[in-house]
Amino acid sequence: MSRQHTPTRAPTIVVNPIACVAHGVCAELFPERITLDEWGYPIIDPRPIPDHLLDHARRAAAACPTLALLILDTDDR
Amino acid sequence: MNTLDSPPVTTTAAPVVHRVLPAVPVLTLAEHLAHFGPAPARGAALIDDVEAAGLRGRGGAGFPTAIKMRAVAAGRRPVVVTNGTEGEPTSRKDKTLLSAAPHLVLDGIAAAADAVGADDAILCVERSATGCIEILQRALAERRAARLDSVNIRIEATPDRYVAGEASALVHWLNGGDAKPTFKLHHLADKGVGNRPTLLDNVETLAHLALIARHGASWFRSIGTSADPGSALVTVSGPVPRPAVYEIAMGAPLPAVLSLAGGEPGAIEAVLVGGCFGTWIPAPLIDNITLGAVSLAHVGATFGCGALTVLPAGACGLAEAARVTRWLANQNAGQCGPCTLGLPAIADAMDAIVSGDPTGRAEADLRRWVSLVKGRGACKHPDGAARFVESSLWAFHDHLAAHRRRGPCPPSAPILPTPPPGAWR
Repeated sequence: MSRQHTPTRAPTIVVNPIACVAHGVCAELFPERITLDEWGYPIIDPRPIPDHLLDHARRAAAACPTLALLILDTDDR
Repeated sequence: MNTLDSPPVTTTAAPVVHRVLPAVPVLTLAEHLAHFGPAPARGAALIDDVEAAGLRGRGGAGFPTAIKMRAVAAGRRPVVVTNGTEGEPTSRKDKTLLSAAPHLVLDGIAAAADAVGADDAILCVERSATGCIEILQRALAERRAARLDSVNIRIEATPDRYVAGEASALVHWLNGGDAKPTFKLHHLADKGVGNRPTLLDNVETLAHLALIARHGASWFRSIGTSADPGSALVTVSGPVPRPAVYEIAMGAPLPAVLSLAGGEPGAIEAVLVGGCFGTWIPAPLIDNITLGAVSLAHVGATFGCGALTVLPAGACGLAEAARVTRWLANQNAGQCGPCTLGLPAIADAMDAIVSGDPTGRAEADLRRWVSLVKGRGACKHPDGAARFVESSLWAFHDHLAAHRRRGPCPPSAPILPTPPPGAWR
């Protein structure tokens, strides 16, 4: 896999598991990094998000009905 | 101070020491000062001693105490929270310590607060431990009358729930919410009680800290091993002649510690190290284990909170594990989907494999689900439950095959206590 678009400060996504109620919108909008388990809850790929996927990640976070999906810059953690 | 002198630790002698846990309770301030000696004011210099001593948290996670202290000391108006809640049903060591040496724990709280620059400290004990709370309140009143502490220490009686003692749950409750874990992107050292930097330590950890303040780092390290210095409390439970809390030198051989409680090798099927989130050590391996991080890591275990639960020879470990798994599933806070839905499914699958699972379908589901729930809760409850199930499948692997052929074992008496859950507030 190419690493050229994943600088060390690239953001990552996390889900707030308390806020998440398994709408599943995130997996539709960001299938590159989010799949659903058999109960409909998101399984997040923890790797940093490369630039070319950031739009998908932001769209998924904005569309989450409970705002449970967060995009974190490295500094936030 | 003869009472603090520890007997030499050898592999043949019983490895009991009396450092934090006196042989008889030391309850009044006068008795305490006579037994342990006065607490010197060490200020922030104590953090260096704690670091040199290599003190690690005794609540279960085993994190280096000095690192936490430094992080909190750097912040503004920190608070010290001391965790005496012991939701783990196989552990009694925190209650035992608080009831036997209350002033030593309070000394530790005062010294830690002084070291990190905190004016306020909170000691949390679950509200069902009424005798323990009374002892602490009397001790605190005596200290106030003697104007012993500059820090303001108060006692809080917390809800009786397994996950209520988890750090974020405890802080959330202290801040006025339910005693349920919260989702956090920041560390307690930055923001905890009242949004202030919060040092959260186990009561036993701070009792050791109080002795490090008195006697220094090299005294602390004079027993134990270089990787696991000092002593620790263990709770030996199960059907043994003398179930009790013992203070042992770290690195003591597991068989020697079990025999303190009268647990003899031939009478043991397996030992659960670390309680309901812990690891089973099957009988054939017990002889090779010492209670230190490296030795325990060989069998995938950690020292945890020092709970050692004996499963008697002939008992069905799988049935016991299934019962505990159900209890853990019922302890979930109902907040995070993967835990709320995953743990009951895991408990169902455990019941199914105990019943026989001839097709192997339940076992396949079980193995998939235990990897699926890890890391997907706000707290480590799903991870701990998953780890317990994995350990059960590993330790009782041969027995699992027997269940597949023959179905369940005859019912036997439960070993691990599984108390009914209390309130969240």
